Amino acid sequence: MNNRDQETGNGDQEVDRVKRLLRSALAPVGDDPELDRDLWPAMLRRMDENTSRSVARVPWFDWALGGVLLALAAIAPRTIPVILYYL
Amino acid sequence: MRDDADGVLSRFRHGDVDAFETLFRMHQRAVQGWVLRIVRDPSAAEDVTVEAFWRMHQAHARFDPARGFEPWARRIATHAALDWLRRKRPEQSMAPELWNTVPAPPGGDPAISAELRSKTAQAFARLPAKLRVAALLAVVEERPHKEVADALGISIGAVKLRVFRALRILRKDLSQQGITP
Repeated sequence: MNNRDQETGNGDQEVDRVKRLLRSALAPVGDDPELDRDLWPAMLRRMDENTSRSVARVPWFDWALGGVLLALAAIAPRTIPVILYYL
Repeated sequence: MRDDADGVLSRFRHGDVDAFETLFRMHQRAVQGWVLRIVRDPSAAEDVTVEAFWRMHQAHARFDPARGFEPWARRIATHAALDWLRRKRPEQSMAPELWNTVPAPPGGDPAISAELRSKTAQAFARLPAKLRVAALLAVVEERPHKEVADALGISIGAVKLRVFRALRILRKDLSQQGITP
């Protein structure tokens, strides 16, 4: 056996020892953990939250445009029919 | 029966919420079990499972029914769990009650002391999240490399490399604490 083979062998042994240590430190969850809670209600809440959030979330540009139109209507009321025409 | 399953997948792809509920109920347990293997905290596993299904719901149009729901769901769940690990600080990424005294797993080596197990667990929690996930699934849970590779969306070679790097960094960290594995 040359030095390189011996080093490789030592390296493998070290890796095996670290693996053994790791398995000893962290127990595997295994194939059949007890998971009985129905998460569908939580899923529905999550979907509702995101739906209401997306409705409430109006882009800043829309707010700015609305503000400009309101200001225009206040300064020059004669433009109101034109604005309504284009809405 | 097969047509029913295909129909559910197809309707899910088109954004049908009832089809999504059917798939959720069919796969919740498997997805949650997989997530629990990664996050190792039952409460966090519930949150991450909901997050993973939310991502699936958002990505329904990109789902390819020909490739099956389970592998797609598992991959999304793995990435949701990985994101959770990345957001957590190392000391939070293990259940706190396990932090100071790590109980010996059934069939564990009695020669390995509780202190050594605790230090190993802490050193492991300091590893980068993507290395931790690969090592958890391949070494601790002893899942086949192919399964881990599919879940992470990487090659089998990349999984082996991540596991090797995780073990090497872990060994170095322990050596710096005066522990020779």
